[in-house]
Amino acid sequence: MTALEISGLEKSFGGLRVTAQLDLVVEPGERRLVIGPNGAGKTTLFNLIAGELRPDAGSISLFGREIVHLPSHRRAHLGLARTYQIVTLFGRDTLLHNVMLSLLGISRSRWNPVAALSRQSALATRAEDALDRVGLKHLSQRPLSETSYGERRRVEIAMALAQEPKVLLLDEPFAGLSIDERRDVLKLLLDIPRAVTVVMIEHDMDVALDFAERITVMHFGEVVVEGARAEVVADPRVAEIYLGA
Amino acid sequence: MSARLLAITFALAALASLPLWVSGTYYVNVASQILLYAVFALGLNVLVGYAGLVSLGHAGLFGIAAYAAAILLNMGAGHGAAILGAFAATLVGAAIFAALCLRATGIGFVMITLALGQIVWGLAYRWLSVTNGDNGITVASRPAPFGLSLDGAPSFYYATLTVFLFACVAVAVFVRSPFGASLKGTRDQPRRMTALGYHVWLIRFFACLFSGFLSGVAGLMFLYYNEFISPHAIQLSASAEALLMVISGGSGTLMGPIAGAVLVVLMKNVASAYIERWNLVLGAIFVAIVIFMPEGFVPGSVRLARWAVRAFRPRAAGEARP
Repeated sequence: MTALEISGLEKSFGGLRVTAQLDLVVEPGERRLVIGPNGAGKTTLFNLIAGELRPDAGSISLFGREIVHLPSHRRAHLGLARTYQIVTLFGRDTLLHNVMLSLLGISRSRWNPVAALSRQSALATRAEDALDRVGLKHLSQRPLSETSYGERRRVEIAMALAQEPKVLLLDEPFAGLSIDERRDVLKLLLDIPRAVTVVMIEHDMDVALDFAERITVMHFGEVVVEGARAEVVADPRVAEIYLGA
Repeated sequence: MSARLLAITFALAALASLPLWVSGTYYVNVASQILLYAVFALGLNVLVGYAGLVSLGHAGLFGIAAYAAAILLNMGAGHGAAILGAFAATLVGAAIFAALCLRATGIGFVMITLALGQIVWGLAYRWLSVTNGDNGITVASRPAPFGLSLDGAPSFYYATLTVFLFACVAVAVFVRSPFGASLKGTRDQPRRMTALGYHVWLIRFFACLFSGFLSGVAGLMFLYYNEFISPHAIQLSASAEALLMVISGGSGTLMGPIAGAVLVVLMKNVASAYIERWNLVLGAIFVAIVIFMPEGFVPGSVRLARWAVRAFRPRAAGEARP
């Protein structure tokens, strides 16, 4: 069974076709890199997979289950998690609270209006563990607004991993990071267990190539080249798209 | 004993003994009014402060409860049945409000609540056969829970205080709960909350019901306080006043709406006895709050107090002036 299977996906904004007859198959446990120049439709693809946008046509299935008609929040419960290119976290709250919100999102107790959240020790422990995985446990009580950009990127990843997703969509996890921070984040991503299938969008080829096994190159909403890392890097069309013809 | 616990104990003692140290029926009645409007403001704050949804139609929900109970009482229902009927009507009303308003957020939400509030007011004003129009509806008596008569000002005050304390505890528990955290999350990052698996619409819908229910409780207390309800009590300015209570006191805090209710009701009742143009004074106070404490009177005072402590501490520690 495939982890993620997309076929014939179509999306237009007015006259602009941002996703054109797109097919994509990702196997369980795979590390897939999606690259392409600005405006290739990479983030739109993620928004379609996560359910934040409705496609005009096509199908998306997650481990054999059709999800194209499901609202975004239902897809999260089926094991789909994502991070955002522009960090959208809860600035007034502590790092621990941020990760606890992530855990609550897929827990039934999110509807509980009478228990105290601060007394949900099982939830807090799991959130602490998730912060520990990204090396931020010592900052768990700090408000998010008082952390650095690089730390926030790691909180993003901690929140996504805390949900123990089956498929994780990473939207430019290295964007805006220094060389050292990139190395730290890369190490984090390499430590993600194989039970999680990872699809990553990235501009920065240098770091991303170390991570990916298969690469999909998009241009004008279409898949131009797809294959193993070495094949794609050697493909003349990739150089053409990136260097301009 | 922590400072917080001490403050709560002191406030409870002051509230419980209020009829003893406040002279005269008039001021005890003002205190009852403050408490019932505080419940109204607490309810509105669930939406404004914690859900980030500003409503200008909550006087409509307040009115649905008051009118439902008044109509049921005049049809011969007992107090228990009238109160239950009023709650049921308020919840249905709040569900309809929510279903229509939650199609939008921001200004759109405000405008739809405003329109719905005006519809309720219009019904109260024009549907003469049911609401008696501008003349309003009078109810014959107050209820007597557990055989205790609520006819005197102090006894009604204690009934209002009990309801008020229940409302405070309900809101405090709600805000600290996982559901409260979810609601605040939908206020700050709705898109992210959806991606995390939260049903943002449904969370907001339940918040509207809770908010509407508290407004209905306040409406019922208003009806029993006056033993009368008329369209004047539920017009747009009543919604606006409640919103001013929440915003001036500090939205998204527990104490803010309560302080706002104290401010507005005191100005309306007490200051108006001394100054003919009390509205002007109230307006000036709001302008001052907006300029000096845009986050509201309660969090603003806390901020200023902390600032004052920090500013004066070094000198008090023995730093000699040259």
